[in-house]
Amino acid sequence: MRAHREAIAVAVVVAALIVAPLGQGNYIAYLLCSWLMLAIAAMGLNLTLGYAGRISLAQASFIGIGAYATSIVTLAHYPWVLGMAVGVVLCFLVGLLLGFPALRVRGHYLAFVTLAFNSLFFLVARNEDWLTGGTYGLSGMPRPRIGPVSTSGQLAFYYFTLAVALLAALVLRLIVRSPWGRAFKALRENEVRAESLGLDVRRLTLLAFAIGSAYGGLAGAIEAPLVQYIDPGSFDVVQSLSLLLMVVVGGLGEFWGPVLGSAVAVLLPEALRVTAAYYLMLYAIAVILLMTRCPGGLIGLARRIAARPARRRGAAVS
Amino acid sequence: MTSPHLSVRGVFKRFGPVVAVHDVSFDVAHGEILGLIGPNGSGKSTLFNCILGQTAPDAGSVEVDGRRVTGRRACDLSLLGVGRTFQQLAVFPGLSVLDNIIFAAQEHRGGMLGRLFMRPDAGLTEEADRMIEFFRLGAVRNKLAGDISYGQRKLVDAAMAFMAGPKLVLLDEPAGGVNPTMLAELRERLQTYNREHGTTFVVIEHNMDFVMSLCGRIMALAEGRIIADGTPDEVRADRTVIDSYLGG
Repeated sequence: MRAHREAIAVAVVVAALIVAPLGQGNYIAYLLCSWLMLAIAAMGLNLTLGYAGRISLAQASFIGIGAYATSIVTLAHYPWVLGMAVGVVLCFLVGLLLGFPALRVRGHYLAFVTLAFNSLFFLVARNEDWLTGGTYGLSGMPRPRIGPVSTSGQLAFYYFTLAVALLAALVLRLIVRSPWGRAFKALRENEVRAESLGLDVRRLTLLAFAIGSAYGGLAGAIEAPLVQYIDPGSFDVVQSLSLLLMVVVGGLGEFWGPVLGSAVAVLLPEALRVTAAYYLMLYAIAVILLMTRCPGGLIGLARRIAARPARRRGAAVS
Repeated sequence: MTSPHLSVRGVFKRFGPVVAVHDVSFDVAHGEILGLIGPNGSGKSTLFNCILGQTAPDAGSVEVDGRRVTGRRACDLSLLGVGRTFQQLAVFPGLSVLDNIIFAAQEHRGGMLGRLFMRPDAGLTEEADRMIEFFRLGAVRNKLAGDISYGQRKLVDAAMAFMAGPKLVLLDEPAGGVNPTMLAELRERLQTYNREHGTTFVVIEHNMDFVMSLCGRIMALAEGRIIADGTPDEVRADRTVIDSYLGG
């Protein structure tokens, strides 16, 4: 019953996403693309942090690796799909390596390890001009072609991004609905117990980082042709913190949490723009209220509201 | 003579200047229920951790069914048919009771990559329901493990230890904090499981009534050494055990 309701809700949202940019300007399509791109990255971080319980403050660096890989490959006139594949595989491998410290340290120590990695990536991107263009960055990345169809127009690129995001969500859904999903949660809740029940904690921790990072790489592969200009500043620690906020605001360890959280981060400030200079303040206050009143994020808030009539009925009966 | 199920030889573990386990050797036969008693700090839990690969012993060896397992990881031991429960409650509070019990066996199903393509329940729901029924947890099947009573969580913990069909189970203070009604139920369930499946148990316990009525053999530890080993009546009457643990 619950799965049925969820399927209907997803179908309605997808239909809404298909019609959302119609009749709107390029800017709206661009904003929606940004949201979907960040949602992909946040979904990956949610796997690493929300499901497997390993904090990472390096997700922006993986968007960066994906974006640079895609840019370098497509600027050399190879197809986008090759650039994306290089970026995703590279992020998977680097994420795997970044997972090794997570086998030894936890909590804020791990946060600092990943934060240091993000800083390292930023420095490499800024200093290795021959590869990354340094502070000037890289520009003019072409948008992908799918057979005879070009996605160079903003609307076409939006539908392309939507298709990639839906595919990414579907793959992640299959992962977290499989026994792996239960294993990730067990790892998050009590790794000593999980290991005593046969879980290879090392392998699953590394996989949590690798898959989460690969999603960052995929988001980067979208960002490069979306913005058509990348520089190291787009992938700094602030961006990683912002992605962390998206995951937490949406609902940590909730499948749809990152999608909602990134919508709040990208679309809400735009909606509040009518309030002129106060919009950032209002946005900050909304986030503070949400986090203090409902640590389960927006999904937790929705659950609480949905449970209220049932609780009332229970109270009336008793 | 059949080989022992569990064989511990000369296990020694030191933490800085403190010797937690001092040259401990013993065997446990197939299907036996061995109780391990001793005052706090006598080295019982450290000995458990050395056997189960969660602490590496400084010296000595551990064999399960004649296979040396010293230093093997806990997950490898689990796959070899060794289960355990913990002194502190060790369920997954954010998972339902059903999911806790399914998880307890899913890692024994196929390879890691294969599990990615399995049904969400890894085909274990029926088996988990049998275990839920055996431990009389039907009323809380779909509740989060974090939302049920302490005694019920103890039963979930035990059900998880048995779900993968282990041949040897080490139980660390299963009676701790459990009310008398639930305790009688737990003892009865453990005895039934031992009788029906021939599973070997090693039980650490402070509750003397519980451990003496459950186990056929008791071993007493003090300051990391074995001070007595025999039937419950023999150990209860042992002067050294009375002086160092049971009291006069």
